[in-house]
Amino acid sequence: MTYLDHAATTPMLPEAVAAMTEALAELGNASSLHSSGRRARRRVEEAREDIADLVGARPSEVIFTAGGTESDNLALKGIYWARAARGKKRIVVSAVEHHAVLDAVQWLGEQGADITVLPPDALGRITPQTLAEHLGDDVALISVMLANNEVGTINPLRELAVTSGDIPLHSDAVQALGTLDVNFADLGADALTLSAHKIGGPYGAGILLLGRDVPCVPLLHGGGQERDVRSGTLDVPSVIGMATALRIAVTERDRRVAELIRLRDRLIAGVRAVVPDAVLNGDPEARLANNAHFSFPGCEGDGLLMLLDAKGIECSTGSACTAGIAQPSHVLLAMGADPAMARGSLRFSLGHTTTDEDIDAVLAVIGPVVERARSAGLVGARRGEGR
Amino acid sequence: MRVLAAMSGGVDSAVAAARAVDAGHEVVGVHLALSAKPGTLRTGSRGCCTLEDSRDARRAADVLGIPFYVWDFAEQFKAAVVDNFVEEYAAGRTPNPCLRCNEEIKFAALLDKALGLGFDAVATGHYARLSTVDGRPELRRSADEDKDQSYVLASLRPDQLAHAIFPLGDTVKDRVRLEAADRGLQVAEKPDSHDICFIPDGNTQAFLGAKIGVRPGALVNDETGEVLGEHRGVHEFTVGQRKGLGIDRSLLDGTPKYVIGLEPATGTVRVGSARDLQVTAITATDPVWPSGVPIDGPTECHVQVRAHGSVVPCVAELVGDSLEISLREPLSGVAPGQAAVLYRADAAGDIVLGSATIAATGS
Repeated sequence: MTYLDHAATTPMLPEAVAAMTEALAELGNASSLHSSGRRARRRVEEAREDIADLVGARPSEVIFTAGGTESDNLALKGIYWARAARGKKRIVVSAVEHHAVLDAVQWLGEQGADITVLPPDALGRITPQTLAEHLGDDVALISVMLANNEVGTINPLRELAVTSGDIPLHSDAVQALGTLDVNFADLGADALTLSAHKIGGPYGAGILLLGRDVPCVPLLHGGGQERDVRSGTLDVPSVIGMATALRIAVTERDRRVAELIRLRDRLIAGVRAVVPDAVLNGDPEARLANNAHFSFPGCEGDGLLMLLDAKGIECSTGSACTAGIAQPSHVLLAMGADPAMARGSLRFSLGHTTTDEDIDAVLAVIGPVVERARSAGLVGARRGEGR
Repeated sequence: MRVLAAMSGGVDSAVAAARAVDAGHEVVGVHLALSAKPGTLRTGSRGCCTLEDSRDARRAADVLGIPFYVWDFAEQFKAAVVDNFVEEYAAGRTPNPCLRCNEEIKFAALLDKALGLGFDAVATGHYARLSTVDGRPELRRSADEDKDQSYVLASLRPDQLAHAIFPLGDTVKDRVRLEAADRGLQVAEKPDSHDICFIPDGNTQAFLGAKIGVRPGALVNDETGEVLGEHRGVHEFTVGQRKGLGIDRSLLDGTPKYVIGLEPATGTVRVGSARDLQVTAITATDPVWPSGVPIDGPTECHVQVRAHGSVVPCVAELVGDSLEISLREPLSGVAPGQAAVLYRADAAGDIVLGSATIAATGS
């Protein structure tokens, strides 16, 4: 099997599995006052300090959550609620965000927030100029992802942070964490979403890096375990697994990224050689090291995906809704792509287990698969015209 | 063969897929997403293609050990089935959306895509028997008379039927449910679907009203020309309808009144007695012959004019592009837009000869 969907999730690192397995057998609620509790608390705080160190944050800025979706929701709703109470009722959000951001913002809009959607350029990037044009005194917060989960385009977050000035800037850095240098202090964002399972850590674990001076109303009320912004008994094994995975991701990043770029560029060149009219979406330069996102003219993504799946190659059409329907990507549409082209798209995302054999496997079948999917697509198009 | 099993999330299509697997085919399950905004949960026996149905189909595919995908046909379904449904009602006809879905979606858009992707056939859980006789498709009624769906499959052409598989045709529904339970399929007890899948609350009038709006007109006594009342549009009526006409009783002679005709151009709903509904002649257009062989000359056969409707003997003849059907016994409530399906007049009377769309009726 060739697994090229690491942006969806990537295999857990053996070191993270080992650390977590050990922690699962340990007793202790990190909020308890006795010695078992203190031992658990110590492990959590050591992990927190490790993580803070690895991402350029202070330990007090690390808030543990149940994943990227919760971190996004906490940042958007929490900061909005806190700022709306002071009359700031507009949210400025990029059009190409993950649904964990877009749907949370849409919901806030239904509750009375004003929404400004930032259009990306044709490469999927939000420029500081675009952001500047849409700011004002009434803005509660800004949300622009560090790197796009579908097309892999990296945003100029440092410049966007400068442009945003005193307005809180949230950034979803879930896809960026494994391959980019994610340094909270350097980037200048006020809130940053991270997820463990995209970097070889456990599912259901995430982080919101939240500046100490950023007001945020909690989503989950209860024991107030995390800075009174997030409640819930701390998941000690997941925190430990996440810290372990992050340490490896960061310390091995340079070596791994060089290898990912080599493999990815082989894949891109190889696909283009076999399918000359394939279009590489996103920024050809400022893109994630592990992302290759193509549109195949005349094809439908669901047909391509099924044919590749039958050949043991696992990839993604980019975005899937809850029913598992492949719909034209909102990211590509926002970038100005033709809906028919957007439907014929595939995302290959590489990871720490990807080898040259995986790339060989794709290149061996992509030609006939595209040809087959194209003939199926043409039949559909003919019928459509015939009506 | 490589078989694509269309899986609605119901018990029939799940067992059909299972039988295709047992028959040694290489089977892939596909759930068709037909609504751009599917509901989350299913409500009773109404509707289909909710997220819950999609999940039920996926779980059935898991049990069968076959790959499973959800394909989005919402746009095609809206254009070919839903919009057509609305247009037909607006034009004073009574469409059958299930028939249209088979013609345009399952055995057209889906089948074409499947063939294009390398499949040999599409399998569904329809209750009808399909075989090849002398190299031609032969479509017959189901072994389960109550469940028979040959009526809504009769307008498929030979090139469509050549790539269709109906694994449940020779089985009665009760046995299908037992088989589903034996196979460990969770959907064994799931209620049958009824009504129109894209009108989940079952209120067709409200659905059409929202799409078409108000096009007021008069209810007219066909015999006297007397105006019996006003209405909000011919789309709220079907030929043969008795209830909900909204006529003041004092204007009536005490006998039941029925809709006997719809004239969308003038907005007139013609009202008459049960006798006026009796039809002995039907003109039907766009005939389709599942076997590929049209009837030759005046042909003694049986005709059915509604899904699950009664069947009467008739003589049918192809005149130009139209089918002229003389009924041996009168039928009532024959609505333009419905299909007239002809069955061979042998003892079993279960072989489909052809299907055409009812354009006009006479007595």
